[in-house]
Amino acid sequence: MSDISEKSHAVIDHTISEHREMTFLQSVLRSQPFWVFVAIVVMVVVMSFVNDKFLTGQNIYNTTRNFAAVGIMALGMSAVICTAGIDLSVGSLLGLAGIVLGLVMQAGYGIEIGFLACMVTAAVVGLINGVLIAYVRMAPFVVTLGMLAMARSIAMVISNNKMIYSFGPDEELFLWIGGEYMWGVSNHVWVLIVLTAAFWWVWKYSTWGRWVIAIGGNAQAAKLSGIPVERVLVSVYMLCSMCTGLAAFLLVGWFGSVTNAMGVTKELDVIAATVIGGANLMGGVVYAIGAPLGAALMELIRNSLLFAGIDALWQQFFVGLFLILAVLLEQIRNRGR
Amino acid sequence: MSMLELSGITKSFGAIHALQGVDLTIAEGEAVGLMGDNGAGKSTLMKIIAGNFHPTEGTIRIEGRDVRFDKPIDARNNGIEIVYQDLALCDNLSAAANVFLGREAKKRLGPFTYLDHKAMYSKAAKLFAELKSETRPRDLVRQMSGGQRQAVAIARTRLSDPKLVLMDEPTAAISVRQVAEVLALIKRLKATGHAVILVSHRMPDVFDVCDRVAVLRRGNKVADKHISDTSPEEVTGLITGAIEHA
Repeated sequence: MSDISEKSHAVIDHTISEHREMTFLQSVLRSQPFWVFVAIVVMVVVMSFVNDKFLTGQNIYNTTRNFAAVGIMALGMSAVICTAGIDLSVGSLLGLAGIVLGLVMQAGYGIEIGFLACMVTAAVVGLINGVLIAYVRMAPFVVTLGMLAMARSIAMVISNNKMIYSFGPDEELFLWIGGEYMWGVSNHVWVLIVLTAAFWWVWKYSTWGRWVIAIGGNAQAAKLSGIPVERVLVSVYMLCSMCTGLAAFLLVGWFGSVTNAMGVTKELDVIAATVIGGANLMGGVVYAIGAPLGAALMELIRNSLLFAGIDALWQQFFVGLFLILAVLLEQIRNRGR
Repeated sequence: MSMLELSGITKSFGAIHALQGVDLTIAEGEAVGLMGDNGAGKSTLMKIIAGNFHPTEGTIRIEGRDVRFDKPIDARNNGIEIVYQDLALCDNLSAAANVFLGREAKKRLGPFTYLDHKAMYSKAAKLFAELKSETRPRDLVRQMSGGQRQAVAIARTRLSDPKLVLMDEPTAAISVRQVAEVLALIKRLKATGHAVILVSHRMPDVFDVCDRVAVLRRGNKVADKHISDTSPEEVTGLITGAIEHA
């Protein structure tokens, strides 16, 4: 028998063991972020002819700053969606973290304490989400929908429904971080760039990243392989929340004030950016570069409509249209796989 | 001394007795076919050996030591690897990533550790070559045939050089050609000194690769015979109850 099986099998050598189903170029062409990038380039080229103010330094600066916060939140959301979960609470958390940050700094604490308070608030919200989802096994949609309501309400209670516009002794530094730039690029964009690079590394080279992708592919298999699925899930929701906490820190510094209405319906922008960037709601797919590209495309659509002189009331329509087109495109590409 | 020794294994779920005092031993390099009708207690016995739950009564000994498994990872740490019926693979990861899932090869650079993709690809390639399988380490499992998926699941068990490999219906859902591949894989495991427990409904497979066959019926072991001392007809009779005991 063993003789027969030896002969019936091809010789296994390097041509097989080193073979790749796709070349690097093919895998790039098959990835959603690449096509989003192409769409961005096409829109930029077209718009530069439509309106010569479009490609000015000022507009590029504004546009990139505008989408950076959504991009940062979408990086965290990508991790959640990769596990086949969803986090609807990020918009409300943005408001809550912003209010906590404002209150702490208004009370005269330094920027470090303010930052810490902001991030701890986010981490606690993520922890609650994560524990309910991973250990109590509740549906992510329901848990985070509940958190959406609760976090917003807490923000209203602790802010006493008042706007905060003074930020204590470190106000100047705080407003600089959120509102200014280095080497011509907004600080928001620097943070986004660094985080995107960090996430790229995490998805490609870290064990944690590999485990998150495995959980998204087959949570049962991941569990049987000895991966601490529950703990990883909790960390994913905490990470997503902390990305939102970071975005809150930047946004409040940019606006120079905060109300408890900050970030209302922001979760929809973040989820849309994540999905446009190539995340699959069924889980198991994640690209670090997808989040910023998705966020960029959405902002570009808004900006382009503005420059093309189309009524701003149309903006949401086109953002929604692109969301549906992006998912459709992904399905067409994956057909026959 | 036997590699694995189960004695007096009883498992009750409330009033239902899934297993009643089952004994089973298996030696190094030996393959035992575990057969029985649906509900005979095969899966329950498998799950006890795999560490999914405790027996109500009875002991498990590995190489003469008493062991107690609280979770599947404990069984793995004691040299027992399981190939699950659904294979427990992540479709969205490469073959190599699945082989190394949960015990990834890592490199260290200062305070950072990172995945050593190169080492994982080459080690996985070596495992597939040993199994004479044409599975490519970089391919996504999603794109693979049933036989290749089996190869991935089996290669995974070889990563730790286990003492015993437990296979649950490995040939149930694949084509005839792939069945031959999987049976060849099992023979390779035996040839390298691994004990194998094969749970299967398919009589020809069991008679092809196993040294012994154990038959369960309604939670009792009704036969445990050398393959050469029995026949498919007798085993069928034992499974259905037409033959009471052998």
